[in-house]
Amino acid sequence: MTQLFTRDTQAIFWNNNTTAIQRMLDYDYTIKRKKPSVAAIVAPTSGSKFEKFFYGPDEIMVPMYKTTAAAKAAHPHADVLLNFASFRTAYDVTMEALNIGGFSSIMITAEGIPERLARGMNEFARNKNVTVIGPATVGAIAPGAFKIANIGGTIENIVQSKLHRAGSCGLVTRSGGLFNELSNIIAINADGIAEGVAIGGDRFVGSVFIDNLLRMEANPEVKYMILLGEVGGTEEYKVIDAIKAGKIKKPIIAWCIGTIAKHFSSGVQFGHAGASANAEAETAAAKNIAMAEAGMFVPESFNALPSKIKEVYEKLKAEGVVTEIPEPDMLTCPSVRKSKEFICTISDDRGDEATYAGFPISSLATPDTGKGIGDVVSLLWFKKQYPKWATDFIETVIKTVADHGPAVSGAHNAKVTARAGKSVVESLVTGLLTIGPRFGGAIDGAAEYFKYADDNKLTPAEFLNHMKKVGVPIPGIGHRIKSLKNPDLRVEGLKKYANAHFPSTSLLDYALTVEQLTTSKKENLILNVDGTIGILMVDMWRALGYTEEEINEFISSGTLNAFFIVGRSIGFIGHVLDEKRLQMPMYRHPMDDILYDVQEAEKI
Amino acid sequence: MAQKAIREYDGKALFSKQWENYFSGFHYGFKSVLVSSGAELLEIANKHGFEWLKQEALVAKPDMLFGKRGKNDLVLFRDQKPGDVTLAQAAKWIDEKSAHNTTLLSGQSGILTHFIVEPFTPHTQEQEYYISATTVGEDDVLYMSAEGGMEVEEGWDEKVIEVVIPISMSDADMEHAVKANIPSDIPAANKQAFAAFAIQFFKFYRDMNFAYLEINPIVMLENNNMAILDLVARLDDTAGFMMRDTWGEIEYPTAFGMEDQSPEEKAIADADSKSGASLKLTILNPMGRIWTMVAGGGASVVYADTIADFAEANGGSISDLANYGEYSGGPTTSETKFYADTVIDLMTRHKDPHGRDKILIIGGAIANFTDVAKTFTGIIQSFEVNAEKMKAHNTKIYVRRGGPNYEKGLKDIKEAADRLGLYIEVYGPETHVTDIVRMALEK
Repeated sequence: MTQLFTRDTQAIFWNNNTTAIQRMLDYDYTIKRKKPSVAAIVAPTSGSKFEKFFYGPDEIMVPMYKTTAAAKAAHPHADVLLNFASFRTAYDVTMEALNIGGFSSIMITAEGIPERLARGMNEFARNKNVTVIGPATVGAIAPGAFKIANIGGTIENIVQSKLHRAGSCGLVTRSGGLFNELSNIIAINADGIAEGVAIGGDRFVGSVFIDNLLRMEANPEVKYMILLGEVGGTEEYKVIDAIKAGKIKKPIIAWCIGTIAKHFSSGVQFGHAGASANAEAETAAAKNIAMAEAGMFVPESFNALPSKIKEVYEKLKAEGVVTEIPEPDMLTCPSVRKSKEFICTISDDRGDEATYAGFPISSLATPDTGKGIGDVVSLLWFKKQYPKWATDFIETVIKTVADHGPAVSGAHNAKVTARAGKSVVESLVTGLLTIGPRFGGAIDGAAEYFKYADDNKLTPAEFLNHMKKVGVPIPGIGHRIKSLKNPDLRVEGLKKYANAHFPSTSLLDYALTVEQLTTSKKENLILNVDGTIGILMVDMWRALGYTEEEINEFISSGTLNAFFIVGRSIGFIGHVLDEKRLQMPMYRHPMDDILYDVQEAEKI
Repeated sequence: MAQKAIREYDGKALFSKQWENYFSGFHYGFKSVLVSSGAELLEIANKHGFEWLKQEALVAKPDMLFGKRGKNDLVLFRDQKPGDVTLAQAAKWIDEKSAHNTTLLSGQSGILTHFIVEPFTPHTQEQEYYISATTVGEDDVLYMSAEGGMEVEEGWDEKVIEVVIPISMSDADMEHAVKANIPSDIPAANKQAFAAFAIQFFKFYRDMNFAYLEINPIVMLENNNMAILDLVARLDDTAGFMMRDTWGEIEYPTAFGMEDQSPEEKAIADADSKSGASLKLTILNPMGRIWTMVAGGGASVVYADTIADFAEANGGSISDLANYGEYSGGPTTSETKFYADTVIDLMTRHKDPHGRDKILIIGGAIANFTDVAKTFTGIIQSFEVNAEKMKAHNTKIYVRRGGPNYEKGLKDIKEAADRLGLYIEVYGPETHVTDIVRMALEK
C-alpha cells in the first residue's frame, strides 16, 4: 500500500456522529468525489435504517446498520472503519472489525483505551496487515481524495490550508490540534500536503511515525516529509535508523515539541499521555539533536519551523523535484440548506417526463414496450427490474385474486355502501377496509408460517404440532368444498406456472408435503389459493436473490396483502359499478335474519 | 497520565484479595495496616483481627510512593536489636516522624502522613529474592534475581535476568520462557517453586493491569510461605472502568514532596472533572510575568516551548513563565469565563519584581470544531470584570487563533479590549501559531 486513501475510498462510520459525517460529505462535494466517502453508519441502538445528510445543496441517505458485520456485508467495498466508539467499547469494535476482515485501515478516536488492550489490538492489526490510525487521534487525510471526520476543521479552513487537493508534502504528527496548524503552515510556506496522519496521543498507538513515513517514501506523490514528534518515547529513533539504513531517502523536516520539559524536573505533565520522558534520549532536545545528526532538516525552534519548511520547499522546487500544482475546480456548499421533510425513492416528476424508478412512463406504458403491469409493480414497489417469469407471475396473482363473487365481506360492504348513494371511492374503501387477518390475510399468514417452518427445518408433523401449540389453524390450508380429488383449478394453474417457469420452488415443495399430511386427516384440508400465492411469492423472492431477512421484512410490512388489495380492488370496483348501473335502492337488512336477545341492563 | 502509582499497602491488599486465584501452592498472611498517626495505630491494635500488632515485633515505614526508605533511615525495625519493636515504640516513632518536615536524600521534602506497619519477618539473606514486571517498548518484561534488597540495585546488570514477553505470546510459551530463565544462582531446591511463583506473579501483574509491579525483596520462607517485604506498584488507570470491582476503591496519592495544588488549580481541576471539555492549569511560578491561556494540548506545549526559548533569548528566564495549561474540547462560555477569571486573578496578584509589564498570551492552533467566537465570549466577559486590575499591571494581551468562526471571535475580542482601554494585538491563521510569543518578548 503506497497510499492510505484514494478518491474511491469509502468508510463505514461506527457511531452516528452526524456533525463529523456531514463534514466528510461537505468535503466530498467540494472536491467533486463521485461517491460519498461514508458508505454506511453503524449505530447499535438506533432503530432507523438511514440518516439524511446534505450533499452540496441536495440531501442523500446514508444507510444505517446495527452491527459492523451487517454494514460490511452490505458494503463490502468500504474498507475503512472510522471507529468513533467510546474508550469503553472502542477496543471491542476494532477487534470485531479485524475478525470480520476486509478493512485496510481502522481509525480509532477514543482516548484512554486500557494500555494492555491497546497493545494487543495494535499487534493483532499488524499481523492482519491492517493500518490502525490512533487511538486518541483526529484522523488522517489524503487531500483531494478522502478525509476522516473532523480533521482539517471547517470547509473554509480546508480550502485555506489547501487540503482540497494533493500537494507534495507527507505530514505525520502526534497531536491532532497541531495537525491543522501544520497543514496551514505548509500551505503558506509550500504547496500543501499529499497525505497527512495524526498518529494519536495515547502511549500505545497502532501505526507509528515510521510506518507512515515508509508508506510516504513509497508514494510518488510525496516529495518530502514533515515529522512533528513529541517529548517521550523512542519512535523518532526508528525513523533515524531507517534513514541510516537507506530505507528513507526523501527529505524530512522534523521537530519534537516539549523542549520546555527540561526546565521542570518532575511533576508537570506537558502534553499527551505518551509525552513523558523516561530517559535522556526521550527528551525533545535529545531527539531534535539526533534527528539533525541523521540528516533531517531540524529548525532552531518550533517558531522557526515555517521558515525551515519554506527553505526546503524552495530548494526542492529549484531542483525540479516539486513542480507547480494546478488548482482544481471546486464546488461550493451552500451556506443555507434546508432539510427535506419527505423522501421519495421510487419515482421522480422533476424532469421532462415523470419516471418510475428511473424509467420514463412512456417506456413502459404502451404494448410495444413489451412491459406489463407486473413490470410497473416491480419498479414502483421493489425498485428493481424483475425478469419476465416474475412479472408474469405477479400479473397472474393479480388476475387470480381480482374477484370472488358478491358474498365475501369486502364485496358485500362495497355493494351496501354503493347502494347508500356513496361514490366509487367511498364504496371501494369500505370494501378494502375488511381486508386483514380474516379476509385475504391467509396469503400473509401462509407465507409467514410456512416460511417459519421451512427456515427452522420442521417436519410436516412438527409444523402441525407447532401450529396446534400456537393455537392457530394453518393459514392457506383448507377449502369449503375443494379437495385433492376435486382440485381448485386456480391453484393447479399457479402450481403449473411455477413448475414451468420458476428457477426453484422450495417452499411450495415443502408446503405440498404438509398438504399430504393434512389431507390424510381430512380431504378438504388442501393447500388453497391464498396459501399457494403466499408461498409462491416467497419462492419468487428467493429465486430473485433476496435474503431471508429481506423476505421476512416483505411479509411483516404487508407486501403480500398489497397484491391482494390491488387485485381485489378491480373486483370491488366492478361490484360498485354494477350497483350504480342497477340503481339498486338503499339496503336494509331483513329483521327476521337477526337474532334479537336484549336484556334489561342491570343497575350497578 | 495513564500510569498511576499506588501505595504499598494497597498493592499488598490487592495481592491478598487475589491470592487464592493466582498463587496456588503458596501462602501469604496479609498482616498490614496503613495509619497516619500513632493514636490511629493504637486504636487499630484493639480491633479484632489485629491482635498481632500487640503480639509480634513490628516494622514501620512511610507509605508515600518514594523508595530508598532504608537509606533515608525511615524504616523502624529495631530498638536494641532487629525485631524488637513494640506497638508502643512504633506508635511513638510514627508521631515523631510526622511531627516535622522530612527531607529525603533525593531532595524531595514534605510532611510524612502515611505509614505502613507490619510484623517483623525474621529471615536470612539467602531467602530474599527479587521480582518485578513492567512494559518496555511494546513488550512486557519480567525481571528476576536470586538476590533481593538493596544489593540487586547495585549490581543490576550482573544479577538480574530479563524475560521479554510479547503481548501476543501464549501462556505456554511464556511459562516455558520463564522456566528456562530462572536465575542460575537460585538454590536448586528452590528453583521449581520460584519458577512457579514467577509465572503466577506475571499473570497477576498482567491480569490486574499493572503498569509496573516490583517486590524487593520477596522472601521465600518454610513451607512455601511468602513474605512481601517491600512493594512498588503503578496501575494503568485507563483500565479503571473494567477493573473497578477488582481494584476496589484505590487511591492515587500525589508524589511525596509535590506541593499541594493551590486552591485555583484545585478549582480548575474540579471544573474539569464536571465538564465534557478539558480544563487544565498548573502554576509554575506565581510571580511570573508571562501568563498563558492556550486552547489545545499540543498548542499549549509549543507555546510553553517558545516562551522558554524567547524568554532566555531576550534577557529573561524560564521563571518568567507563570503557568501551564490548556482549555479545549468546546468549553461553554461560562467555563471559559471561569478559566479566564482564574488566570487573570492570579496574574494580577503580584507586581513584577523588575517593574516589567505583564503579558497575557491567548493562543491556540486552528481549531477542528471548537467555535472560537463562542469561547472568546467568555474571555471578553472576564475582561469586562477584570479590566482595571489588568491595566494596573500594565497587561499586554496577545491573541492568536484560527478555526470555526475565528474572524468574528478576533473582531469581538479586539473591540472589547479597545473599548475597555486594554492593550491588545490580535492575529489569525496567517500568523504562525507561536509567533505572538516572539512579538511579545522582543518588545
